[in-house]
Amino acid sequence: MKWLLVGIIALCNTLGDVLNTAGMKRQGEIEDLSPRSVAVMVKRILRNPLVLAGFGALAVSFFALLSLLSITTVSFAVPATAISYLLETLLAKYILREDVRWRRWAAATFVACGVVLLSF
Amino acid sequence: MNSESRNDVPKTRVLVLLVIATNVLGNVSLSRGMHEVGRIVSASPLDYLRAFANPWTLIGICVLVIWMLSDLALLSRADLSFVLPVTASAYVLVALGGHFLLRDHISWERWTGILLITIGVVLAEETPARTTKGPLERLL
Repeated sequence: MKWLLVGIIALCNTLGDVLNTAGMKRQGEIEDLSPRSVAVMVKRILRNPLVLAGFGALAVSFFALLSLLSITTVSFAVPATAISYLLETLLAKYILREDVRWRRWAAATFVACGVVLLSF
Repeated sequence: MNSESRNDVPKTRVLVLLVIATNVLGNVSLSRGMHEVGRIVSASPLDYLRAFANPWTLIGICVLVIWMLSDLALLSRADLSFVLPVTASAYVLVALGGHFLLRDHISWERWTGILLITIGVVLAEETPARTTKGPLERLL
């Protein structure tokens, strides 16, 4: 059960982050976090299908995380995100068309390995 | 890689700090709350309503809502492949906070993990926050 939940968290997390990034880039840059700007941002998000789909994926990931946290420690939940780091960097390069060079690949790899070691 | 304008860098950095701080505070509160609530493994969202009655769970969720909004604002300004490693410093803060505030033991494996994540954060910080131009209408 633990590892099934870890898999669900990793996949839904990846999908959610990629959809949210695509949706927010489409929406345009947020200039500040004043209450008015946040209200406008939320209003636009509610009509943004990519971000709404991203929320759906993250909601599934969140409930899987709650289940995992209730049966094990927070350190066991951490490896789920290690897989997401590499998968999301791959999708950022090929789907979001970001300029991912060696520094970012190295950064994602170091972080993924570090996250795994943190769970010991 | 495209360069960022000078004014955009502080705004992006403030958002990065906000995302990291709310991530740490939200997850620590949520973790404490869920351990107080006890075991829940269910497909029914109704079973999770019981967890929301716990104040730590509730505080954790409220802080994570702020985290979600600031993360979305950050993703509107920066690349996903930049945001992910940079905001991973939250793991380092949780581990070091546990060690210095709660006197949690950190094994040599965990110290190595903290070091690797820190190297990853520094490497990502050396790249421009955004490498794509304008709102991407044709994305996905």
